[in-house]
Amino acid sequence: MTTPILSAKNLVKRYGRVTALDHCDFELMPGEIMAVIGDNGAGKSTLIKALSGAVVPEEGEVYLDGKRVNFTAPTDARDAGIETVYQTLAMSPALSIADNMFMGREIRKPGLMGKVFRQLDRKAMEDFARQKLSDLGLMTIQNINQAVETLSGGQRQGVAVARAAAFGSKVIILDEPTAALGVKESRRVLELIQDVRDRGIPIILISHNMPHVFELADRVHIHRLGRRLCVIKPQDYSMSDAVAFMTGAKEPEQQDA
Amino acid sequence: MSKSDSYEDIVKTRREENFAEFQDEHHGIMHRFQHTLHVTPALVPLIVLVLSIVIFGALLGSRFFSPFALTLILQQVQIVGIVAAAQSLIILTAGIDLSVGAITVISSVIMGQMTFRYGIPPAISVVIGLAFGTLCGALNGLLISRMKLPPFIVTLGTWQIILATNYLYSRNETIRAQDIEANAPLLQFMGTKFQLGGAVFTFGVVFMIVLMLLMAWVLRHTAWGRHVYAVGDDPEAAQLSGVNVKATIMSVYMIAGLICAFAGWALIGRLGSVSPTSAYEANIESITAVVIGGISLFGGRGSILGALFGALIVGVFTLGLRLLGADAQWTYFFIGVLIIAAVAVDQWIRKVSA
Repeated sequence: MTTPILSAKNLVKRYGRVTALDHCDFELMPGEIMAVIGDNGAGKSTLIKALSGAVVPEEGEVYLDGKRVNFTAPTDARDAGIETVYQTLAMSPALSIADNMFMGREIRKPGLMGKVFRQLDRKAMEDFARQKLSDLGLMTIQNINQAVETLSGGQRQGVAVARAAAFGSKVIILDEPTAALGVKESRRVLELIQDVRDRGIPIILISHNMPHVFELADRVHIHRLGRRLCVIKPQDYSMSDAVAFMTGAKEPEQQDA
Repeated sequence: MSKSDSYEDIVKTRREENFAEFQDEHHGIMHRFQHTLHVTPALVPLIVLVLSIVIFGALLGSRFFSPFALTLILQQVQIVGIVAAAQSLIILTAGIDLSVGAITVISSVIMGQMTFRYGIPPAISVVIGLAFGTLCGALNGLLISRMKLPPFIVTLGTWQIILATNYLYSRNETIRAQDIEANAPLLQFMGTKFQLGGAVFTFGVVFMIVLMLLMAWVLRHTAWGRHVYAVGDDPEAAQLSGVNVKATIMSVYMIAGLICAFAGWALIGRLGSVSPTSAYEANIESITAVVIGGISLFGGRGSILGALFGALIVGVFTLGLRLLGADAQWTYFFIGVLIIAAVAVDQWIRKVSA
């Protein structure tokens, strides 16, 4: 068995009296899509935030490529090559597509204008953004300077996924990428996700949508009461089994993945 | 996957492929106009400014439409204009600063008192004044970014605190213009006049225009500028995309404090004297300029040049109505109408229908 690209051991996070993560483990193998499912309040979001640096766990360790990492901010995880697409998308609606793609990692002009006056290299950023969007087939963009708020939900999700795919070298985390989308738009985003996986970047997919999870995922991490209940392979179980596990209606026999 | 699960199969095969096309579609002239305004928010105040100059010019002829009168407006709005640059930065982050006028006046008082009470060379006094303004801004920034207090409350408090400190420290004394002229002309530097044809400019006016252009460039072409917009738009999203929200807010309030201190220096040039009772209305006037300039009070939208146009619109109305011989209250009346109209236009522009 190869080593996991991203793993977590014994993560603990409490919010006041609520224990969101209770000695939770997690493993992501290279090149796979690992779905994380669980009931509302099971601690999925907190787990994801702990992996992406948005939350600092009180106990436990996170390993990337076998090396211990300590993320104290989302930028730490990003610098390490972990990109997250949050459910809220984390985009500034009034700013343009290019501005949003480069938020927090802007490219400056070479030479004097960039170094002394810190001028941004707009052209480079726009070209890069256009390139990445067309790589993922999100094209016919005529205006990369369009404000994000003028895009539809699916287009915004597309831009957010393109941003993650453009910069995520190790892992991409997608939080409910299809929750706010219509059926057709969801399909397009699912294809986008497969495109990204086919480029060899492993993906963590958080979703409530069982058909989407079972269609895309290589393995499914079932989260219950702040910890990993089991990891299953979608071909071995039915969707109702998975729902039964995550709601506690049924107990898994053994850790079998 | 069982048969009942594959209800989405139909859309896997039969769907239109046009979901992620980004086309600039325009429906009719109103939509196009709205889109243009959405992209260039300073356009509305610019149109209003040009229209008001044309209308007053038509009514008053060469009394108004002369280089002298038009540059007089610039001189009259320079303090508010400079302070409006500071206010714009803060309102772009979805904050508000009620203490700008107080910072302006206390900075000018400190520049004067350092020179005349302690005999410090004027150049150093000016630097001390600028540093003090920055410090006041830093106090606001600290309370807002670290302690998470609402900007309105923080600056409502610091406004009173700074203004009271100003009166206590200056003992409510004015430093006379003749004394400054004789002993420390550097303090009046911003008031230095020069002529171009019939137009009269002061260094304060030049400073206001250069500052506005500089800030417009910085906001548009540096990462920091983009971060200011992102923080005002959605601080959560900005944080998650890797913007240091606290540092951005802190820096905005500090720079605003520094700009207000420069306004304090310009204030000495404008008045000639150092008066602790001047410029106390600059907070409301700067907010007026910013709002008329089309910068959204909800943050993240608008152009700083709009605030310059906003300040100029107020100046044009003030001078124009005075030359027409109207009661000064009409000025306030029209400014009130303009404020409400500006916010209504802002709401309309923000309605971006798909």
